[in-house]
Amino acid sequence: MTSILFIIILLYLLSSAGYILFLFAQKEIYHQMSYWIMMAGFAVHTILIGYEFFRIGYLPAQNLHQTLMFAGWSLAGVFLLLKYRYRLNILGVYAAPLTTAIMIAAFCVPAVAVSPTPLFKSLWLILHIIIIFIAEASLALACGTGILYLIQEHAIKTKTNRFFLKRLPSLEFLDRTGYAFVVIGFTMLTIGLITGFVYAHLAWGKFWSWDNKEIWSMITWLIYAALLHGRLVAGWRGRRAAIMAIIGFAALLFTFFGVNFLLEGHHDEFTK
Amino acid sequence: MTNLQNDNGEPAGIPADISDSGLTTGPTSGPEMSDIILIGVNHKTAPVELREKLAFSDEETQTALKLCQATPHVNEAMILSTCNRVEMLMVTKNQSLALETISSFIAATKSISLPQLKKSTYIYFGDQAIAHVFRVASSLDSMMIGEPQILGQLKEAFKIAVNKKNTGLILNRLMHKAFSVAKRVRSETGIGGQAVSISYAAVELAKKIFDTLEDKTVLLVGAGEMAELAVEHLIRNTVSGNLLVANRTFSVGVELANRYSGHAIRLEEIPEKLKIVDIIISSTGSPDYVITKNHVKPTMRSRKNRPLFFIDIAVPRDIDPAINRISNAYVYDIDDLQGVINENIETRNTESIKAERIVDESVIKFTDWYESLNVIPTIIALRRKLNAIADMELSKTMQALQHLSSSDRMAFERMTESLINKILHDPTRFLKNPGSHRNKSVYLDFTRKLFNIDS
Repeated sequence: MTSILFIIILLYLLSSAGYILFLFAQKEIYHQMSYWIMMAGFAVHTILIGYEFFRIGYLPAQNLHQTLMFAGWSLAGVFLLLKYRYRLNILGVYAAPLTTAIMIAAFCVPAVAVSPTPLFKSLWLILHIIIIFIAEASLALACGTGILYLIQEHAIKTKTNRFFLKRLPSLEFLDRTGYAFVVIGFTMLTIGLITGFVYAHLAWGKFWSWDNKEIWSMITWLIYAALLHGRLVAGWRGRRAAIMAIIGFAALLFTFFGVNFLLEGHHDEFTK
Repeated sequence: MTNLQNDNGEPAGIPADISDSGLTTGPTSGPEMSDIILIGVNHKTAPVELREKLAFSDEETQTALKLCQATPHVNEAMILSTCNRVEMLMVTKNQSLALETISSFIAATKSISLPQLKKSTYIYFGDQAIAHVFRVASSLDSMMIGEPQILGQLKEAFKIAVNKKNTGLILNRLMHKAFSVAKRVRSETGIGGQAVSISYAAVELAKKIFDTLEDKTVLLVGAGEMAELAVEHLIRNTVSGNLLVANRTFSVGVELANRYSGHAIRLEEIPEKLKIVDIIISSTGSPDYVITKNHVKPTMRSRKNRPLFFIDIAVPRDIDPAINRISNAYVYDIDDLQGVINENIETRNTESIKAERIVDESVIKFTDWYESLNVIPTIIALRRKLNAIADMELSKTMQALQHLSSSDRMAFERMTESLINKILHDPTRFLKNPGSHRNKSVYLDFTRKLFNIDS
């Protein structure tokens, strides 16, 4: 197990190095190789998670180690898919190291034994977890695109940094791609929350229980809703949209980790 | 003056021997290379704010030229003032006085402190000054290397100086050489082909703001030659018909718009049109901002914050730089474009090397001519010519007079030699000292022409 995880980390690490090399050397071959190496890492990663799934009989996302493993897997998968669709090669400089970091964190966190309950096998829970993780990965990429936007905007405004100006795509492209990522992420987040409510109804008999996790999920959802609404109605483009995507992702991270570490709630066991 | 800097950042002070000779031998000593001096600022040494301030108006140019005439020992002068450079070319026997006079004139009229002025000024002497003039004329020193306007501007500046009777033998010759060097550089190298580099820079930047330029609308403010150059390449990247031209003289705008199948609008319509255009190129001669922050800010909302890209190639600037602080609005002035252009320079290196060789050749030729204007070489050349004639005629005559003894022949030879000496006596004396109020170079040049010495 550990050695397989080690191989996955190594592949992601290689991919990250390749993308950083691409940033500096700007040779097509570097990002192409990095993409395939990441794909290989993702394949091994998928096998590992699939194996776990069948071994324990429920989705392996019940403790912090598993959660991080799953987060890394969904980020890698969503990146590979969206990069293929949107051709934002340079985003690998953000996505590959982030995936690697998550996997190293997973490697360092010991797997705490989980006492499985029949509820874990609920289809609604499985859907809820998978969809929410896809949403979070998309929104993480939206945040990364927002960061790239701000870097490029800064380069153009200050007229000094030719390094990034040459290497990053156009503002309009970054803005549009970031927007697409938010739309995908927001849609998934909405579906994920609905499946969560259904699952809550099955598990605890009510859709909404004013749990901290639920409240923060709603806050996060509202931030992204505001971002999309502002864009459609008031034309919040460019810088403002990029900043909102970053703030939204920060709120998301807090909902994901912060609530569990700092506040009490019924998702506690994930982070143990 | 010794702390003035040249382009290499080295002090371009006047060497002691030169300033000494200027003072001790007086105005009647022969022309020396260092008599030609050039003082100026350009886009490499001064930011656009300073160049705006230093730019000479027509009246200021004439005042300065008059001042040069009044300054002792400044024989010839001309002033070139464009949006990228203010340069003064002088022929003088007293460099320090000339430089001080002109510096304090600029400092006074432009209300700028002398040390501040000196920091951005370069000074060239002799062949360096000549080379600089040739490089400027050939557009090698331009911000956009190869741009064609500079030659016209130089011709205009020369014309003004000629009309004001500020030029003489040396500047006339220097400028005519400069024009022919420029012509050679244009026809023999590919430098002129890069004239659209401002266009390329603008397109490159626009492509970092907009994903595609195809569906973008371009607004041209001011329909000058510069604007047309800038828009040429840009328009090729957009769908035709997406061009608006706003010009003070409406008919000129219509003409340009028709050429690119665009539409002409009136200047007053600009604020309204900011809602629909994406790229604005401005190049008017207006002394004030044509588009200000107050024009742009309200339009961003109705544009739904779609980006606006301003390219300001005018000096003084047309676009308020404060617009750059508005979200999703980007302003590049001519200096900012330089950064982009600099990167493209590498690709032009081979052509530049060719052009520089042409300049170097021409500098050597000019220097040879200039140095021939000295008294001693002129007299030696004159004597050599007379000697050659005498020798030839003597040998022809002697062939017919075979019976003469060798002492008779010697007598003939002595006679021709003393004839030459007698003939040359007065001209030599005159050329050595034509009188303090006369320009010796003119007489030297005339002598060389009269006796056809240089052929």
